[in-house]
Amino acid sequence: MPLPRWLLSDRAGLVLLAVLVIIGVGVPILNLLVPPDNPLHLTAYTVTLIGKYLCYALLAVAVDLVWGYMGILSLGHAAFFALGGYCFGMYLMRQIGTRGVYGDPVLPDFMVFLNWKELPWYWHGFDMFWFAALMVLVVPGLLAFVFGWFAFRSRVSGVYLSIITQALTYALMLAFFRNEMGFGGNNGLTDFKDVLGFPLHADGTRIVLFVLSALALAGGYLACRWLVSTRLGRVLVAIRDSEDRARFLGYRVERVKALVFTISAMLAGLAGALYVPQVGIINPGEFAPLNSIEAVIWVAVGGRGTLVGAVVGAVLVNYAKSWLTGALPEVWLFALGGLFVAVTLLLPYGLIGLLRRRETAT
Amino acid sequence: MLSCTPIRAGFLALALALLALLALFGASPARAADDDSVRATLAQLHDADFDGKTELIEKLVTLDHPRIATILKALSDSRLYYQEEGDRVVIGLGDDADIAIEDAVSGAALGQVNKRDLDRITANNRLRSLIEDRLASLGLTSTDPQQRKAAVEAFLRNPDPAGAERLRVRLVVETDSEIKDLLTMALALADLASDDAAVRAKAATALGGRLQPELRGPLARMAAEDSDPTAREAARIALARTEFRLQMLGWAETLFFGLSLGSVLILAAIGLAVTFGVMGVINMAHGELMMLGAYTTWLVQQWLPVNWSLPVAVPLAFLVAALVGIAIERGIIRFLYGRPLETLLATFGVSLILQQAVRSIFSPLNRSVSTPDWMSGTILLGPLEVTLNRLVILGFCIAVFTVLWLALQRTRLGLEVRAVAQNRAMARAMGVRSARVDALTFGLGSGIAGVAGVALSQLTNVGPNLGQSYIVDSFMVVVFGGVGNLWGTLVAGLSLGVANKLLEPWSGAVLAKILVLVFLILFIQKRPRGLFPQRGRAAEV
Repeated sequence: MPLPRWLLSDRAGLVLLAVLVIIGVGVPILNLLVPPDNPLHLTAYTVTLIGKYLCYALLAVAVDLVWGYMGILSLGHAAFFALGGYCFGMYLMRQIGTRGVYGDPVLPDFMVFLNWKELPWYWHGFDMFWFAALMVLVVPGLLAFVFGWFAFRSRVSGVYLSIITQALTYALMLAFFRNEMGFGGNNGLTDFKDVLGFPLHADGTRIVLFVLSALALAGGYLACRWLVSTRLGRVLVAIRDSEDRARFLGYRVERVKALVFTISAMLAGLAGALYVPQVGIINPGEFAPLNSIEAVIWVAVGGRGTLVGAVVGAVLVNYAKSWLTGALPEVWLFALGGLFVAVTLLLPYGLIGLLRRRETAT
Repeated sequence: MLSCTPIRAGFLALALALLALLALFGASPARAADDDSVRATLAQLHDADFDGKTELIEKLVTLDHPRIATILKALSDSRLYYQEEGDRVVIGLGDDADIAIEDAVSGAALGQVNKRDLDRITANNRLRSLIEDRLASLGLTSTDPQQRKAAVEAFLRNPDPAGAERLRVRLVVETDSEIKDLLTMALALADLASDDAAVRAKAATALGGRLQPELRGPLARMAAEDSDPTAREAARIALARTEFRLQMLGWAETLFFGLSLGSVLILAAIGLAVTFGVMGVINMAHGELMMLGAYTTWLVQQWLPVNWSLPVAVPLAFLVAALVGIAIERGIIRFLYGRPLETLLATFGVSLILQQAVRSIFSPLNRSVSTPDWMSGTILLGPLEVTLNRLVILGFCIAVFTVLWLALQRTRLGLEVRAVAQNRAMARAMGVRSARVDALTFGLGSGIAGVAGVALSQLTNVGPNLGQSYIVDSFMVVVFGGVGNLWGTLVAGLSLGVANKLLEPWSGAVLAKILVLVFLILFIQKRPRGLFPQRGRAAEV
């Protein structure tokens, strides 16, 4: 099957896809087929950790789509990620059934604890996988569409948009902390048992989730790459570089922006939905403004407007985070803060930009 | 304890007994008595029979001495003893065989003694009711206005006809206008029980609009059950007036809380109004500069007495935060002018570094900053009771705003700041050193953040996360008010504070905050440039 031109010309993307195929096949083999005493064996913990990085990478790709190509610095993308996570978490909660602490066949434990008598209306339908999977995309997408439509129509842009996206995720965080919301309050949703009948703690389920994450990342990357190579993609870049000019040329800027913002939010939601069953918990902390800004810095480290850079940045920064918070917890925030400063001052095009510059120099 | 020779003591006792005798026959008004005259009277109490005791009690109440009430109460409770050793009257505290005693007259603790060494001064029920009665009027005739007030208030809680007579007598001679007012009210309350419907109606009308909780029960009963329709109607109107005043008071209280919250928001946002509003620079480390100000306060309190710490902390916090701010501007922000999104990220990095620095240096735990005496407690503003520290901070906020406004309008630097904000190229052409102005403006905004931190240290916990919780709010205030407009920030801060507090009783604190945030998000959609839009460098961001 011949590859389409937009993919063929994207050498970095092909490398990324190849790497994804390699780990998508290699990690399951190293985890399942290599015996535990072999030094090459990957523990379940490592598999989950890499799976987490892949979800973060997908979130970073979503951020890069709006920031790198459309010039919208969203400081609230973690909100879409968390919403997707909550949607899937609700499905997982409903799957617990009578195995909860209180053994109520319908109500999750925290509702029994709060003395609720029946399921709130918005929890209905989440016992069906297809419905939950749909909501994972619809809820963040709808929020992004409504929010984006109003914001872009009234031409809120630049730092103003950044600040109100941050206010959005902050407001959602406060809301989800409330017990009355019916999402488990402070503790969030946790204590999941199984997904589609497969126990979550089994090695096989973990591997499947891991492979799904790799596939989602590859799919998300390809979708974005395709999107930016189309005519729409060029309009995006035009909007980024000069919004007014694009508008005067006759493009309906606010529609394009709302559309792409929605797509990006759906990708973030998907990433969140894959993230939750792997880490086993979702709580309001995921809405924290810091999380959104961290996602932005992944993109900045890798190189904005490259998509591949977003993946590279997300994996590198998160690897550094896992390592530093374990080895030198004091240093992590210094390192992250320094990274923010250093990348903006010294590496405006990120690591990918550094590579490209070297390539063009030789 | 007075130490004097027996002869002198005897002479004094004689003189005072004479005086007391005069007082007893009502020849002269009650006059402050000293310890010895009380002692002399008490000394007779031990041997007297009940009739004698009655006389002595009557005599005691004419002696105006602060311990009389305590002594009579102790006698009524059978806690008054005669101690042979030392020949004195004492008050016992407690019920055990060994009890702590204090001197009846001076109140000085005299240690533990065995009950067997004490001789109880007995009282019967006739004496007890006499004491109760005299105690009530004792307070009323005291020279201390506080005690008179307490006596009337005791009557309000538990009105009785005999007490009402005493009040009527007192009202004639009372000079203190506040107590006079209270007496009138108490008498009106007593009149509610009158047999004459006209008197009842008049009393109810007099009580209308008064806020004392004791009045509402009788008035409500009267409005519901009184046999006379005029009196019923009068009570109803009086109740309605009280309700109205209570409601107004409630609103005033909400308004004050709102203004107080607003003043905090303004303090947090006003520095940002300079850096973001005037310069167009997004400083995400703004909250951390406030945190530095709060920590400066804590440090100052480590080596200065708390009462003096704040006046020292304010300029020091300004200096610390301003220096850090200038360092941020010179080190990072000046390379990023014209790239607001990058500035946002870089300063966010700075905020993380500052947070972690504080965490590493001072520990991640909260530090307790003490409140000076002159800022603690409450104060009455008319009928409204407000906490002093919130009032001080409200005033402080206005002061900071005024100083900043004057600095921008009346000083050379302010002129240059405004010039650069309006047209950088032209300002440079006129000889303004724009780089220096940038640094100083940023220092000014940061310094104000530090000063705000001093105020915040009096209201919230001082910890590494102090700044984080204010950053979203303060940006919202600046954007709501209109970037580049100090007055806008003032109006926005106050109105958001009041709106928040108005919503709170209806929706709860968290939901109120969410609603305000949602409102702001919608508002920015409608008016992206805020309440009072202004042109300036920020307008092109």
